[in-house]
Amino acid sequence: MVKLAVIFFTMILVDNYVLAKFLGICPFLGVSKKLDSAVGMSLAVTFVMVLATAATWPIQTFLLTPVDAAGNQKWDMGYLQTIVFILIIAILVQLLENFLKKFIPALYKSLGVYLPLITTNCTILGVTILNLDNGYNFIESIVCAAGAGIGFLVAMVLFSGVRRRVEQAVTPKCFEGLPITLVAAAVTSLSFMGFGGIIDAIFNVAA
Amino acid sequence: MNPILMAIILVTVIGLIGAVILVAASIFMYVPVDERVEKITAVLAGANCGACGCAGCADYAKSIVEDGNAVNKCTPGGAACAAKVAEIMGVDAGSSTPMKAVVACSGTCGKTGKKYEFQGIQSCQAVKGFYGGDGLCKFGCLGYGDCTRACAFDAIHIVDGIAKVDREKCTGCGACAAVCPNAVISIVPEHKRKPVVLCQNKDKGAETRKVCTAGCIGCMKCAKACPKEAITVENFLAKIDQDKCVGCQICVKECPMGVIHVPASE
Repeated sequence: MVKLAVIFFTMILVDNYVLAKFLGICPFLGVSKKLDSAVGMSLAVTFVMVLATAATWPIQTFLLTPVDAAGNQKWDMGYLQTIVFILIIAILVQLLENFLKKFIPALYKSLGVYLPLITTNCTILGVTILNLDNGYNFIESIVCAAGAGIGFLVAMVLFSGVRRRVEQAVTPKCFEGLPITLVAAAVTSLSFMGFGGIIDAIFNVAA
Repeated sequence: MNPILMAIILVTVIGLIGAVILVAASIFMYVPVDERVEKITAVLAGANCGACGCAGCADYAKSIVEDGNAVNKCTPGGAACAAKVAEIMGVDAGSSTPMKAVVACSGTCGKTGKKYEFQGIQSCQAVKGFYGGDGLCKFGCLGYGDCTRACAFDAIHIVDGIAKVDREKCTGCGACAAVCPNAVISIVPEHKRKPVVLCQNKDKGAETRKVCTAGCIGCMKCAKACPKEAITVENFLAKIDQDKCVGCQICVKECPMGVIHVPASE
């Protein structure tokens, strides 16, 4: 239980995908202009992340690199990981879109264009692959994916606040627009470095 | 088994399963799309200008069909477009008066003068920063053509010191009105007979006279002459209520300064 909590909070604060691993910068910069769309996008990403992890973990474990009872690898098709995962994520997003359109039209409408954008979101692929690289079991992977999604939400919400301040501020002409936004993103990311080690200290896990 | 063959089979099978699931999903979760949306999107101007208040033409088409939005809001498309949309929707197009830009300033070169010689960046925005502009009148058209540069239709130009709208080319998108630092330009319904007060000066009559020979001095003559009480004078500036105005043009003849004009007839 403690291990799951450690994974969850580490993903949010210390190993935040956007601010520490620099994945998913595109939506981070593109959709953080308004708070409500930032929250909508993040929730959609979180949902797809968990779903994608739930689908890709078994595929990797039982189809691509299966292990028999004796611990020997039956065959190794790990090199297919990227292409298969992208395929799975694309199918999932499309399925989710159909599902929302039919059953939750209000959510579908508010997510709008962000839903198809998730298909090519590198955080999703990053989470699914890094879960396996870290050797997490199924439950740990799901918790990690949820944590990564919430971490994405935290980063988006924080940054949309930062961005509003940046937009109101008077910036030098040469920094206007994207440059000052990137500088602000860098400072936000730097501030998250302050969380380093906090999880280990809280849960008394040896670093 | 041959590893290449196996990889191909694996990816193909996963892809096929996914395809079957998606096809099944699109059949079971089919949501009928109103075909009128596509038809209306096709007849709209396609400029995605946002003058209708929606995020682009497709969004406007959707809001017409789903939320019952008015059919005559496409400014660039004009009356022809509204008629086509109305035909698709099976409703009356309504009297769609085209919206056009009006420059509410009559201070051409001979009528008003300069406060100082401006040699900075040649833009209205820049000159506005120096004592409210280089013109004697601080309300009028600055004449450095920010609107000309903002116009996507080449419909507004600086003629004789002030901005002049090409009535044919103007689509009423409002890009010029948005950039004008003095807010001289407004987008009003282009009625063939209804006049507009072409002045923004809110100073007292005597002060207005000093800076411009074609400024509204707030003498109330037009307001008294108007048979429909459509004209009000506020802050020494006459304003014509376009809803009450019937286009009799008595005010045009009454105005001693000659600042009331019918934009459409010029």
